[in-house]
Amino acid sequence: MSKKLLMCGNEACGEGAVLAGCKFYAGYPITPQNELIAYMGKRMGEINGIFIQAESELAAINMVFGAAAAGERAMTSSSSPGVSLKQEGISYIAGAELPCVIVNMQRGGPGLGNIAPAQSDYFQSVKGGGHGDYKVIVFAPSSAQELLDYTFMAFDVADKYRNPVLILGDGLLGQMMEPVTIIKENYKPHLVEKPWALTGCKGRKPNIVRSFFLGEGALEEHNKRLQEKYRTITNAEVRAQTFNLKDSEIVIVAYGSVARTAKAAMESARAKGIKVGLIRPISLWPFPSKIIKDASFGRCKKFLVIEMSSGQMVEDVMLAVNGKSEVDFYGRMGGGIPTEEEVLARIEALV
Amino acid sequence: MKKKNRKKINRSASKRAGKKVEEKLVFSRPQSLRDVDMHYCAGCGHSIVHRLVCEVIDEFKIRDRVIGIAPVGCAVIAYDYWDFDVSEAAHGRTPAVATAIKRVRPDNIVFTYQGDGDLAAIGTAEIIHAANRGENITVIFVNNGVYGMTGGQMAPTTLAGQKTSTSIAGRSLRNDGYPLKMLEMLAVLPGVRYLERVSVHSAQEIFRAKRAISKALGVVKSY
Ligand SMILES: Cc1ncc(C[n+]2csc(CCOP(=O)(O)OP(=O)(O)O)c2C)c(N)n1
Ligand code: SF4
Repeated sequence: MSKKLLMCGNEACGEGAVLAGCKFYAGYPITPQNELIAYMGKRMGEINGIFIQAESELAAINMVFGAAAAGERAMTSSSSPGVSLKQEGISYIAGAELPCVIVNMQRGGPGLGNIAPAQSDYFQSVKGGGHGDYKVIVFAPSSAQELLDYTFMAFDVADKYRNPVLILGDGLLGQMMEPVTIIKENYKPHLVEKPWALTGCKGRKPNIVRSFFLGEGALEEHNKRLQEKYRTITNAEVRAQTFNLKDSEIVIVAYGSVARTAKAAMESARAKGIKVGLIRPISLWPFPSKIIKDASFGRCKKFLVIEMSSGQMVEDVMLAVNGKSEVDFYGRMGGGIPTEEEVLARIEALV
Repeated sequence: MKKKNRKKINRSASKRAGKKVEEKLVFSRPQSLRDVDMHYCAGCGHSIVHRLVCEVIDEFKIRDRVIGIAPVGCAVIAYDYWDFDVSEAAHGRTPAVATAIKRVRPDNIVFTYQGDGDLAAIGTAEIIHAANRGENITVIFVNNGVYGMTGGQMAPTTLAGQKTSTSIAGRSLRNDGYPLKMLEMLAVLPGVRYLERVSVHSAQEIFRAKRAISKALGVVKSY
């Protein structure tokens, strides 16, 4: 059965979770993700799931910790200031190896900032916003359809690795209305057994969910295991879209909503005869470093990174390029959105 | 050690009397409590409360359906002692974790175990809102008047004039405010079914504490 709906990105994200069999949602209101908490409130009621409007983002993320520990597919969502509050909980979830999905519809910062779209939580998302050596798998969709698809997929990935997955959107993606196609048969969640979950110890040894390891060397061992898992994820979960890499001398790198503007600018530039390509990282961690590195070994002489930040992802691009090519950056901050004209002007300046 | 000696004396006494020895077990470790040494300081109330919780769980025969949430505090490794499913929780977020576990698994019996730093300071919001939502969970609140694990600092429950490592001249009401009356605050919430303040400083009080734990878990169990 196929349905075409007009939805805002926040609602599409919520529907992706429902299709994935998410049965637990806890959240706290904050713009620009309010449509998501409202949608989950409605949908959880319809599917007999659990919806809790928590007293804070702290409580919400720790409720997700509890629901995940009990073996349920669980999600929370927020926007930048609220996601900052969740960081302690995310570190605990990663440490205790619990699967869950977290959504951040980024807004301008620092501090209370504003409610306009931004991408200034990149470092927080991919470098580990909380304490300890841990990693969160980060997907950056760039449309309402992708918000649905990647949120759906995030639950399978989270379960597979027993690791939190973050959907990193922004206020633009969250609030913009777009058509979304749902072909029911295409959304079959891969539900796995969770023998580690807390269910009561009937017929088995007690299970313990924890991130605390006191014994001598025990925490180092735990960390080594986590790093091993992160290596597996790095090898298996890189996702990116590439355009015109074969013949391009300038390659733009942009993610999320900005990647759409970048693509339009790329097309305008090519219409003017400038050979421009685009790499759009979809997984921000693991980062598509190899794709970028390979491009730097090809024809590409210059990379142009476009972000709605002062320049965060650009550091990962530079690490991947490792001095092989020039890396230029153009960004807008505090809710400023790079326009197609601005990007095109930057491309022309690079020629 | 003492117990063994007593047995020996008894045996030789009954041998002398020519009687057959009949041993009746009157006291043993609850099944829900693991047979390991505890790390608690000698005389610490945590070990007593752990035992009482386990005795009640055994008596209710709910060991295979109970899920405990250990706090951040001296009882952080309660799962080393409790022989049933246990989750940790971030400092103070214990009731939020318990809320979700109980909602996801309504047939399980879910309880938190929290110190006064955990429950009455950093986690005040979580306990009040879990109580106000009327979550069907039990909370065992162990108030020792200080932050034990971090070295005896002042807690919100520290008494006026009480000396701690962060109130060396005694708690000053002017500077530090009044001891927080957590139970009185919770008592006004309609979501709360049963509250009792007990102590474990004497044998009689320990019995009363056990009755209270039994009631608290019983209220949740009967829903
Ligand atoms: C967020 C956070 N802040 C501070 C600490 C340090 N810490 C560990 S235990 C504790 C106090 C525990 O006191 P209480 O809850 O009264 O339990 P007790 O040790 O007395 O049983 C503190 C502050 C922590 N682990 N996490
Ligand atoms: S520090 Fe206090 S609470 Fe902690 S084990 Fe010792 S006596 Fe018990």
